[in-house]
Amino acid sequence: MLSFTKIKVLSIYLILILTIFFASLNLKNNNLIDKKVNLGLDLQGGSYILLEIDTKPLVNQKLQSKIIPIKKLLSKNEINFKDFTISLDKIAFAINKNDQKKFKNLFFKKQENTINNFISEYNKFELDLEFIENKAFIQFSSFGLVSLNNTALKQSIEIIRRRIDDVGTKEPTILQRGDRRIVVELPGIDNPERIKELLGKTAQLTFRLVTKEDGFGSEKLILSENDEELMVSKRVVISGDNLADAQPQYDSQSNQPLVRFNLDRIGAQKFGRVTTDNVGRRLAIVLDNSVISAPNIREAITAGTGTISGGFSFQEATDLALLLRSGALPAPINIVEERTVGPDLGKDSIDAGIFSLMVGFILIIIFMFVKYRIFGLVSNISLIANLFMLIGILTILEATLTLPGIAGIILTVGMAVDSNVLIYERIREELKTEKSIIHAFDIGYNKAKITVIDANVTTLIAAAILFIFGSGPVKGFAVTLGIGIITTLFSAYFIARHLTSVIVLNDKKGKYFKL
Amino acid sequence: MNNKINFSRFFTIANIFSLLAVIISILFLFFKGLNYGVDFKGGTLLEIRVENKNIKIQDLRTSLNILELGDVNVKQFGEEGDFLIKFEKNANKNKKFITDLKNNISKKINSAVNFRRVETVGPKVSSELLKQGVTAIILALSAMLFYIWIRFEWQFSLGAIVALLHDVIITLGIFSILSFEVNLSIVAAVLTIVGYSMNDTVVIFDRIRENLLKYSKLKTNEITDVSVNETLSRTVITSLTTLLALFSIFILGGEILKGFSFAMILGVIIGTYSSIYVASPVLNFFKVTQKTLLKDENI
Repeated sequence: MLSFTKIKVLSIYLILILTIFFASLNLKNNNLIDKKVNLGLDLQGGSYILLEIDTKPLVNQKLQSKIIPIKKLLSKNEINFKDFTISLDKIAFAINKNDQKKFKNLFFKKQENTINNFISEYNKFELDLEFIENKAFIQFSSFGLVSLNNTALKQSIEIIRRRIDDVGTKEPTILQRGDRRIVVELPGIDNPERIKELLGKTAQLTFRLVTKEDGFGSEKLILSENDEELMVSKRVVISGDNLADAQPQYDSQSNQPLVRFNLDRIGAQKFGRVTTDNVGRRLAIVLDNSVISAPNIREAITAGTGTISGGFSFQEATDLALLLRSGALPAPINIVEERTVGPDLGKDSIDAGIFSLMVGFILIIIFMFVKYRIFGLVSNISLIANLFMLIGILTILEATLTLPGIAGIILTVGMAVDSNVLIYERIREELKTEKSIIHAFDIGYNKAKITVIDANVTTLIAAAILFIFGSGPVKGFAVTLGIGIITTLFSAYFIARHLTSVIVLNDKKGKYFKL
Repeated sequence: MNNKINFSRFFTIANIFSLLAVIISILFLFFKGLNYGVDFKGGTLLEIRVENKNIKIQDLRTSLNILELGDVNVKQFGEEGDFLIKFEKNANKNKKFITDLKNNISKKINSAVNFRRVETVGPKVSSELLKQGVTAIILALSAMLFYIWIRFEWQFSLGAIVALLHDVIITLGIFSILSFEVNLSIVAAVLTIVGYSMNDTVVIFDRIRENLLKYSKLKTNEITDVSVNETLSRTVITSLTTLLALFSIFILGGEILKGFSFAMILGVIIGTYSSIYVASPVLNFFKVTQKTLLKDENI
């Protein structure tokens, strides 16, 4: 166990130097190799936001859109039906028993089926049909729901990305988690509140006429400027989909902030037609069920451009323009988890973490030297090498260092000593019975090997499970703990063992072997 | 042999003590429960720093009580003027909630307030996190059990798992008794404790296995005694160096790591104790001998 071939020694120290080189990359900016340990949000400050999409309204909306096509399909094929109703997630109607089979065949037609889409990915239909007595029930199949969720989630991620990019935060991370959640990580932002407001808004924009009729085709909405109640038609003139651009501006006359928008070709045509026909009426501009403004139509607007003024501040106008540009979310989104750390706390945490790391490290080094003298020194050298290698590997992997991660490093330092202690204690025992010093060291290393591996595998298991189940900072801990075990084994069995062998082989008089 | 300490003499007393501690812990866990942080209970946690250092914790409490935030908990956190506030309500519904709260507090106590940390967890996410935490711990225990079973005999595996359960239950019991907050980092700590305690147990078991093969005439309790003694200096030294590291985090590592390092310190002490006084007696109980090992070939 004490003999090393030259090539072995060379590769051991080459690996060590390589990892030290990578560790040193963290000290200054290097353009050649751009690798660094990333700081977690808890250390550099920033926000972690977990969003959950609420697809219930979307399911209902999609079902609503099926009503007319289904009715058309029924009439076209001369199938009688009555009592047509729709609840939150179900369409129901009465149908004669002898017509049921016919309807079923039409409903599950694979080609050119515009009502019930066939999802080829799952080889299943989007909607389920069920007959109970003379009633038919239509609802989304589980596959339809998954597909609906997925599409909505993908769209939402795209829109959220646009919104965040527009605000101009550095290096945001936007990821899908599971089938209804989105993780947003925003390092180093100083005002998460603004972003949260931007993320949470559905931003469904519609232009609708204000009416006097109270009835099925209209609804009561509140004008947010002055809490005025308005009767607004449910018929949408144009929606946010027709916007080509939106920018904040100051009104040239009143100097009030407003949002100027440009419509696409279809939107401009529609807008022109409606404004021509309705001069003198009020047009409500509705955002997420509240009216931001309801100006009078003074003249036909055919140029496809207009302004929205709602007594906003310039910041509000900027944000509204941003929301309109990025488009509406397909479904409402809620923040279900948020963790924000201010930059000054992050800085304090790094300082405290690194300081306690240094202190713990020095205490252990002193302890080992006092206890094992020259072999303590060997163990200390391997401990320092261990630390460099750990940081070097974290750099190579561009891993994220978190506050618990720093704790993991300190813990690694504390436990790394264990391998050397196990070995030295073993050698000490062997020296009692064994006459040859070299032989005692040899046996000691050999016998301790099994124990060292057993002991480290158990910690590695804990680290792996933490990595799989942990989130954010805890994952950072698992990473440093896991890598720490590997570097510990390397430094104990290669570096420390080599240094020990150099000492033992050169110590003919047995000056140092008193452990 | 430096077979100085007769550990097995204290096995009975230690076992009674351990059993009592486990029972008390379970009773506390059952009746008092754990003080879950926002990670597992849902709600909002704020770490704030007020500019005016004369603000007392009572001032803050009264100003918060008016705001109808549900169950509010305020405590001093680290330096003067730093406070940790926890309340049931979570900010998810109202998007301006945090901004409003900041202005409100600042107005009420008449001092600028800096929100250094905000954590809001909704009820659904918190229950998921709790479930995940419990699953992780159970999975870790099973994985360890499996590893030991592969590497040793079932008696060893049982001894190790009894020791691990002992450690986890007592650590959580102490958390319950002290009403110490349990959050995600405590789960990490418990898992690390499981790893550490296992590590300690394995070292002793390795030696027991070796000695069982070496001394065929000794009784099981003599073997465990010899083995524990032989590995004692290693056990003590490793615990010491680990504790040196942990205490430096506990004292100097800042407030956020306090709970984590406290749990780890408890765990290392209990884990070291249990490898000697819980894991080894199980082997005695099953009268593990050389024959047990030689029955199948996996040595």
